[in-house]
Amino acid sequence: MTIEELEQIAETTRGEYAKYDHEINVCMGTGCLSQHSDKLKDALAKAVSDQGKNAFVRRTGCMGLCAAGPLVLVDPEEVLYQHCNATHAESIATSLGGEPVAALQCDLRDHFDQQVHVVLENSGHIDPEKIDDYIARDGYRALVTALTEMAPNDVIQQITASGLRGRGGGGYPTGLKWGTVAKAGGDLKYVICNGDEGDPGAFMDRSVLESDPQRVVEGMAIAAYAVGASKGFVYVRAEYPLAVARLTNCLRDARRRGFLGNNICNTPFNFDVEIRLGAGAFVCGEETALIASIEGRRGQPKPRPPYPAVSGLWGKPTLINNVETFANIPPIVRKGGKWFAGMGSERSKGTKVFALTGKITNTGLVEVPMGISLRKIIEGIGGGVPDGHTFKAVQTGGPSGGCLPAELLDIGVSYDALVKVGAMMGSGGMIVMDDTSCMVNVARFFMEFCMTESCGKCIPCRAGTAQMHTILTRICAGDGTMADIDLLVDLCTTVKETSLCGLGMTAPNPVLSTLKYFRNEYIDHIVHKRCPAGVCNIQAPAPQAPLEVLA
Amino acid sequence: MPAFTPPPLPSDDKRWKIVNGTMRKNGFARHALIETLHTVQSAFGYLDDDSIRFVARSLRVPLSQAYGVVTFYHHFSLKPPGKHTMTICTGTACYIKGTDKLVAAAEKRLSIPQGQTTKDGKISLMTARCVGACGRAPVVLTDGELCGQMTGEQMLEQLERWAVE
Repeated sequence: MTIEELEQIAETTRGEYAKYDHEINVCMGTGCLSQHSDKLKDALAKAVSDQGKNAFVRRTGCMGLCAAGPLVLVDPEEVLYQHCNATHAESIATSLGGEPVAALQCDLRDHFDQQVHVVLENSGHIDPEKIDDYIARDGYRALVTALTEMAPNDVIQQITASGLRGRGGGGYPTGLKWGTVAKAGGDLKYVICNGDEGDPGAFMDRSVLESDPQRVVEGMAIAAYAVGASKGFVYVRAEYPLAVARLTNCLRDARRRGFLGNNICNTPFNFDVEIRLGAGAFVCGEETALIASIEGRRGQPKPRPPYPAVSGLWGKPTLINNVETFANIPPIVRKGGKWFAGMGSERSKGTKVFALTGKITNTGLVEVPMGISLRKIIEGIGGGVPDGHTFKAVQTGGPSGGCLPAELLDIGVSYDALVKVGAMMGSGGMIVMDDTSCMVNVARFFMEFCMTESCGKCIPCRAGTAQMHTILTRICAGDGTMADIDLLVDLCTTVKETSLCGLGMTAPNPVLSTLKYFRNEYIDHIVHKRCPAGVCNIQAPAPQAPLEVLA
Repeated sequence: MPAFTPPPLPSDDKRWKIVNGTMRKNGFARHALIETLHTVQSAFGYLDDDSIRFVARSLRVPLSQAYGVVTFYHHFSLKPPGKHTMTICTGTACYIKGTDKLVAAAEKRLSIPQGQTTKDGKISLMTARCVGACGRAPVVLTDGELCGQMTGEQMLEQLERWAVE
């Protein structure tokens, strides 16, 4: 495959679509599919052919606004319809070339205009099961350019110049990681894509794998070329059947087109990718645990160093990056590291995809430049808290992150700023809570999660999370004492400082951040025996018998 | 050293051939343990002693390691599932939207705690750690089919339909 051949395919594909006057894109991500968007697509195809309209009906990946699904986007008019079902197919087909169907139209310019799509640039525009759709939108251009015109070191330099940092949560500079693996000796190296999105409330990786899987594979192939690896694994959660199916299909197509296999693009570069299914363990998001899982063992982490970059899968140098990190690679190679570094804040470059959920009007996926304020995301793009409730907290980073109050909404979203206030970027879950959520109960919920997900290898995490859960349950039941708060803080520090892996080290974050910003709620539970949000079931203390005043 | 010959299939059940196929595809390598267990679970619905023993012997993995892996990962089940399965998502977004009430209601209706199957083997009640459809919280899976924005009434109706079948 050469650049010319690639352009030929792109040209042919674009030519095919140019024959149509309209393109009707139907979202068929997990969210919309659960509302039968597959039937809607069939109905639209039938309606279009019955009415003799010159239109093409396309299955696409997630368009982001899951709250308004199923979504239909009509191009080139750029009309977006929300809450569609099969019965609306006739009216949508009739409206083509005329006035749009007003009753279904979704007018959320604010929601979309404030976003910058890099990772999600193709989501909702291409058919995720057609490789030519991806090629028509500059797909695999970066890989072919890298293989034919760039040395592995040039690729790493571009990535370093872009300032891209790991999108899985840690924020380790990607260029530096690639450089370490490239320098490691040995002729057998591995590339692993971490798609074990265990953080409850986050679904960016699922969406990228469902909507644009080729982009991840291209990113992995470029990484393999840069670090000198010949074998790749994608580790995906078994809970994401649609993502697994689309990825399987995508790997087959990529092999067929010669982007995977031996002598890719007539160069000596060989690379192939296999899928490995997760089996439901949050700790497998940790890189050494993930490696253990791929090797067919219990997902228990190992002490680092040695880092996987030096000794990873089967003792070989291994590069592990998150799905979203790999998805950022093709545009960086195509447009240059400088272009990417032009977006975002001082030390966090580029854009970040967030899964905006909880008590918020526009739930779904958003992609914003780093450094944007939380307020803009929640009140602007997210549309604020619905049903007349008031905003109480936003939780970032899942069970490893923290709850931030309204006073902190003006901080810019970046790796460092979030850590500074006791939360963390995490993989990108952003859960909004309103006045009906009890923060003590939220802390208890996360601690229960960490307790059940602790792998049991090191004592601070195994025993510490269980003890903290007991104390939090006690406080929620109204049986806590003020000494419990001190004990909690003490335990948090111990678990944070002495745990083996990231799970234990970050497990106290939800407790520490709620204690810091919502201490009043703890005191209400302990001293006044009441839950301000009315979530916890506290038995009212037995009324004391009135003292009879003896005359 | 004589070449390794995998043990014979436990029975004539055709599903064992699917299991064997997964192992053969991976060259009977030890690291194919989790992949193979996935195949067993999707073919049989759960993992029993016989199947774990068979897989362990075929892949030359110590039985203790195979059992350790099965019990470590939440996805694997050692008990046969009921005829129908109601899985309630208890991820953060669903929790914020009140999924704990759904779990409590289902437990009360079926008189079993989560993770169990009713005595007549009709309905299993499971919870999941986030199925990634947070945009449509609270979410339940009825026999694997995703239903979003679930209310208590809708869920109980579904349970009734299954109960009278």
